[in-house]
Amino acid sequence: MKKDKRYGMVIDLDKCTGCGSCMAACMAENNVPFREDESNKLLSITWMRVYKLTNGKPFPETDVCYLPRPCMHCGGQHEGHSPCVSVCPATATDYSLKTGIVSQIYTRCFGCRYCMASCPYHARYFNWWDPVWPDGMEKYLNPKVSPRMRGVVEKCSFCFHRYQLAKEKAYIQGRRELAEDEYQTSCTQACPAGAITFGDLNNHKHSVYKDKKNPNAFRLLERLGTNPKVYYISSRAWVRRAGDNYLRNEAKPAKAVQHG
Amino acid sequence: MKIGRRSFLSFLIGGAAGTALSPMPLKLTDDSAIWTQMWPWTPVPEDGEISHVNSTCTLCPGHCGITVCKINDRAIKIEGMKGHPVNDGGICLLGVSGLQLLYGPTRVQTPLKRVGARGSGRWEKISWEAAVSEVVKQLGDLRAEGKSHSVGLITGSDRGTVPQLFARFMTAYGSNNVMRTPSMRDSYELTLQRMHGTRALPGFDFENADFILSFGSGIIDGWGSPVRMFKAFSGWRSNHGKVVQIEPRLSRTAAKSDRWIPVKPGTEGVLALGLAHVIIKEALYSSDFIDNYSVGFEDLQRLVLDKYSPDNVAAITAIDQKDIVTLARDFAAASKPLAICGRGRGSVSGSLDEFMAVHALNALVGNINKKGGVRAVSEIDYINWPEVQMDAVAAAGMQHERLDGAGSKNHPDTRSLLNRLPAAISSKEESSLQALLVTGANPLYTMPGSTAVKKAMAGIPFVVSFSSYMDETAQNADLILPNHTYLERFEDVPTPFGLQQPVTSLARPAVEPQFNTQHVGDVVIRIAKALGGSIAGAFPWEGYQTCLKETLGNKWETLMTKGFRLDDNDRAFAGQMTFDTPSGKFEFANKETGRMPQFSPIKIEGDEKLYPLVLVPYDSFRLAGGYIGTPPFAVKTVEDTVLKGKDVFVELNPETARALRLREGQHAILSTPRGQAKVKVHWFDGIRPGVVALPRGLGHTAYDKYLAEKGVNFNELIGPVEDPGTGCDAAWGIMAKLSKA
Repeated sequence: MKKDKRYGMVIDLDKCTGCGSCMAACMAENNVPFREDESNKLLSITWMRVYKLTNGKPFPETDVCYLPRPCMHCGGQHEGHSPCVSVCPATATDYSLKTGIVSQIYTRCFGCRYCMASCPYHARYFNWWDPVWPDGMEKYLNPKVSPRMRGVVEKCSFCFHRYQLAKEKAYIQGRRELAEDEYQTSCTQACPAGAITFGDLNNHKHSVYKDKKNPNAFRLLERLGTNPKVYYISSRAWVRRAGDNYLRNEAKPAKAVQHG
Repeated sequence: MKIGRRSFLSFLIGGAAGTALSPMPLKLTDDSAIWTQMWPWTPVPEDGEISHVNSTCTLCPGHCGITVCKINDRAIKIEGMKGHPVNDGGICLLGVSGLQLLYGPTRVQTPLKRVGARGSGRWEKISWEAAVSEVVKQLGDLRAEGKSHSVGLITGSDRGTVPQLFARFMTAYGSNNVMRTPSMRDSYELTLQRMHGTRALPGFDFENADFILSFGSGIIDGWGSPVRMFKAFSGWRSNHGKVVQIEPRLSRTAAKSDRWIPVKPGTEGVLALGLAHVIIKEALYSSDFIDNYSVGFEDLQRLVLDKYSPDNVAAITAIDQKDIVTLARDFAAASKPLAICGRGRGSVSGSLDEFMAVHALNALVGNINKKGGVRAVSEIDYINWPEVQMDAVAAAGMQHERLDGAGSKNHPDTRSLLNRLPAAISSKEESSLQALLVTGANPLYTMPGSTAVKKAMAGIPFVVSFSSYMDETAQNADLILPNHTYLERFEDVPTPFGLQQPVTSLARPAVEPQFNTQHVGDVVIRIAKALGGSIAGAFPWEGYQTCLKETLGNKWETLMTKGFRLDDNDRAFAGQMTFDTPSGKFEFANKETGRMPQFSPIKIEGDEKLYPLVLVPYDSFRLAGGYIGTPPFAVKTVEDTVLKGKDVFVELNPETARALRLREGQHAILSTPRGQAKVKVHWFDGIRPGVVALPRGLGHTAYDKYLAEKGVNFNELIGPVEDPGTGCDAAWGIMAKLSKA
């Protein structure tokens, strides 16, 4: 049997400029709504969010790094644990063994927000209000992604609708496998610095397969055993260390990375 | 039957267990999902046939190729165009949000005439005939009174057919008061004119350079052509290119560079001369270039050896002497070093001395007209319209001195000094401008000293805006003749700033015009025709599209099929070491023309005793700072340490904050000699003590509720400071004071 696909991302933080194109490209692709005041970041829906990290040192040793955070699509049944999937009482979020993507089915979600509480990455957002687009702006909405309504949780889907479209196209052409460039997320495509690469982590022909083995690669909160499918690369040690929580005097432990 | 305690409890527990085991909880869960979601007001976007239109983004001077994805007649997404020489598939935050401008609430939907007081927002919708005849009447009357020279024009750019049609109109009408929005282009053009002998844009071959020395340029904060710069930056990360950022604040560029030199603000030019000192003293310069292709080296040598030794420079810039020497050596040792300047996004013209000092570094290491170097990129010359036949009124009008003094005896080479306009208007009882046309610009917001600008504009009896959006200037105009947005119109787009290869791109309609707007090119032709006589005669075209097609000639076909066109007549990068200077060589100085190297620092406004801090602006890529208002998607990405609710944060070093007893997040009053504003304090270690930084792009009073009334407009707190050489604005900051609110 062919090996399952595990779609994942490698984000090169040395290249990421923190420009925010990925955030806007995601909002445009996925019909993410906006409100008058978006400065309360707990309420602001950003499937992709760029965090600003600092090394905490005084002037002039200060350093800053930007870290884009999509949904980590935690390992689930692929040797790991997706915290949101296991807590959802409505089976509104599920782990796909075919793609490794953690889905979010809006019509099943009834807004208990248990998944938000369980997600260690703050990747999930709740619609406290119905989305309202100013008069006429509804024209730009993408028909491939349904707009969400008040009372449901939403999150990054790795642009799953693009996977479906690419799959359909391939089927029509009599193919069953997708080439690497046929399925790319909106953020990957938009990133002007080329910092994001996306592909099948199990496929040695895809660049993510090689990139994730970079000695400077790390994942967020690896010690939780969630086996995230988003890898980061940084040549700065303090950035790599910021990817997890450590006791003050703890040396960085030998990596327990599951490079599946 | 007697109901006892035991039977009552059994009944309760049994009932609960029974309900739990029944399908009811599941059914209720499902129902609640259905009942809370099936509301008709959640839009269901219509599906349909997918198509793509290739065009060019003109939201900023970056001029990226874009592909607009459509479903039926709706544009649903803007993506970067693959294979375009500027951005090859990449796109920025602003570009990707473009549809929010197209379909957004900030559009001016039909010609409007003011009915209330200026700026009161009370408008009357009028027809295009009425709007055009109103302009024609006002301009016609002024012309009949012999006051044609009292009409002014402010444009966003002076390149391409649309700005050129406007300029042509002004000539035929009889006024030379044509001004463009200032930018670092002003100083770069003059630098190249003096040193290369060509008035041109600089072209930097960043892709092949390996050491970038940036004097405050926001390489990844919107300088030049942003997406191209992001890509170049990424290239340096992959091929071990080095980036050194010289600026007082740890900007995105500084944070991502290999070395950050936190120089004292405003002393960047001195540092450049200090580096030149080391390079010359240690003979690290390219003797091939200096000996064979340059003149005036000795003059530069005298200047820097006399005055700019590392210890002098260290005292001025607050950078360690050793660091200066090391930096100079590293720069000279690199195989393709490039020095660039223009602070942040480059929205201020800047000091010519500073630009020339920085550019001299490129020449010292001989990286001129080479692969990986810098060159002068001439404009692609396709606008060859017949000379305007001026009538007597026009000829008389053109004889008048320009109001801003550009091109006068003091500043013969400067073409436009918009920064001087407010003072020129306000200095007389009756405004020296009787009518002002504004296209592709928003001077009321973008010009330093906004309060003075607003006052000056209030004195102009007739203000016409051609803006597609209700910006600050449109809001305060008498008449708005709305242009199509860039996604609804044809337009030729010239080479973006900084590109080493001349390229013309085409913007073309991705969708039908959404509202009752008209192409500004058509409108100017229409006004000219209605004015009649020689003015009408200067515009032989039926409309803008005919004009564009005729002007582009055989280029039209390529542009229509490919979307862009590289210049075939372009001089090759390598080899050509000829310069159009009087000496035929690169000129550090020229004794014969009397131009000697010099450096006079720009003194910023404000008394140190009253205003102990230095306020500098910073450009954040998440906020558009220019004519275009930041769309909602982009505002959403602004960090909560920059904007919280309606409050903007100023960045302050914790050391300074402690001295001022200002806590993180505390309200404070920021005052400068030009004005004051309520801000919040954000402690940031990445800024020099004694410096306060405020982002550009906030404090709008116009546009939609997603942008307006948030934060403070930096331009309200600063005024222009003239560069003695060019007359352009060179204010890089202003003295300021922070006190508890």
